[in-house]
Amino acid sequence: MESELKIRLETVNFFYGKQQALKDISFEVYKNKVTAVIGPSGCGKSTLIRLFNRMNELIPNTRLEGKIRLDRQNIYEPQVDVVELRRRVGMVFQKPNPFPKSIFENVSYGLAVNGIKDRDYLAEKVERSLKDAALWKEVSGRLYKSALALSGGQQQRLCIARALAVEPEVILFDEPCSALDPTATLKIEELIQRLKEKYTIIIVTHNMQQAARISDQTAFLMLGELIEYDLTNKIFTSPSKKITEDYITGRFG
Amino acid sequence: MGKSDIHKKIFAVLAFSSLVFLIGITIVLFKEGLPIFRIVKPLNFLFGKYWYPTYDPPDFGILPLILGSLWVTAGALLVCVPLGIGSALYLNELAGPKQRAFLKPAIEILASIPSIVFGFFGMVVVAPFLQKLLNIPVGLTAFTGSLILGVMATPTVCSIAEDALSFVPKSFREASFAVGANRWQTLVKVTLPAAGSGISTAVILGMSRAVGETMTVLMVCGGAAVIPKSFFEPVRPMTATIAAEMGEAVTGSPHFQALFAIGMILFLVTLVFNIAAEIISRRFRLKLGLGR
Repeated sequence: MESELKIRLETVNFFYGKQQALKDISFEVYKNKVTAVIGPSGCGKSTLIRLFNRMNELIPNTRLEGKIRLDRQNIYEPQVDVVELRRRVGMVFQKPNPFPKSIFENVSYGLAVNGIKDRDYLAEKVERSLKDAALWKEVSGRLYKSALALSGGQQQRLCIARALAVEPEVILFDEPCSALDPTATLKIEELIQRLKEKYTIIIVTHNMQQAARISDQTAFLMLGELIEYDLTNKIFTSPSKKITEDYITGRFG
Repeated sequence: MGKSDIHKKIFAVLAFSSLVFLIGITIVLFKEGLPIFRIVKPLNFLFGKYWYPTYDPPDFGILPLILGSLWVTAGALLVCVPLGIGSALYLNELAGPKQRAFLKPAIEILASIPSIVFGFFGMVVVAPFLQKLLNIPVGLTAFTGSLILGVMATPTVCSIAEDALSFVPKSFREASFAVGANRWQTLVKVTLPAAGSGISTAVILGMSRAVGETMTVLMVCGGAAVIPKSFFEPVRPMTATIAAEMGEAVTGSPHFQALFAIGMILFLVTLVFNIAAEIISRRFRLKLGLGR
């Protein structure tokens, strides 16, 4: 099957102050695929995924070299509107982080800051997003109750619904299951599998089984360098580098 | 009895001593203050328009004093709320590490200046300046008191509001930015509401600070125990009344009792403020999932 190019990294280097966090990284992310980024702690996975929606810019003293193209457009060019970019590239974080507001307000937040006030439209979008995030059945009766009363797994699906509501093209998942129990993790994984029909997904994970289960492509990162990037099948069955094999077989990490 | 038992007891005594002081002060305050109500009815005391404690017959109406406190406190709030919350927002949202490094200590030092110094500064510098600038008969007015008191309460408001803002998890802000909100929207729709009850606590404690402040208001408010018609007239807040008159009141006399009764009312007012602040801040921590 022919895969369509969505994002392309061209020799990306990234620095926190003088310290280099990512070195000469180039790879391609395909549309409607799940791309996993794996590697030992501190290898730069989270730094890497936060480049796609320019989230790293919130940290002072950081610098990027190279290009990251989303549909051919370099997202780090000065004329790119970062607010617009973040609407196209949504993100789900490591720890579920719903706002201390109602479920409805959480999901409609992205639309509200976009200036949308039409109640009917908002209600429809909220329902659609919650359904897509497989949360609707559990919360439809208490949309106006606090989101903080939900369980961890439900909160994370709520955060996914919040990301879906603004109709992004790409969704970034930064270790979305690291704070969840196995059942909740399974639900999120199933969800990601379904979401890729509509969205392009990049997921950082510490859990190699998870990468193997849900991703189509896998990037293996170590000490800020891209060691290997290939089809997930290939990486997990016959990696071309010894060090990748050592990592995925659990010899270190 | 083991050694650690003795230690435990010593510290328990120390810890409970503040409770003892609190109860003791309350008892004395009420014991000395309540008898005034044999002479004046509570409503006449609270809402009486004339405070002439040394006349014959005396008038013990503290409405002018209550209004004096109210005006000065309200005025102080107008100064310390924008200043305090504004600086907290700046420190938390905008300032770089360098600005923070000198601004935070500067604000804390402002809090440590003795109130008499503020009062002196108000009397010698601010009052004459305002008198000339506004062309009013005296410079020692409710307005002057409000300004000075507002500046004094600013560090309280600022540091508590700043704590409240810094308790708002970074993840809320990130979540907001991630769906395409800008900085302003994030501040107004996420950070401020999340810190809202913490900020209300800051305002209430600032208010409590302003109501209870004595030395400064004694020095800069002018001291007239009459109902003020405007901000630019001298007033005599409750605290200043006690400080100024206690020395000349005969122990056990109705005047003495009336002053204690004013103390009672002040005590109750600040107690209510502090309890309100405590309740709100507890709710705030629960809301952010920080436990108690």
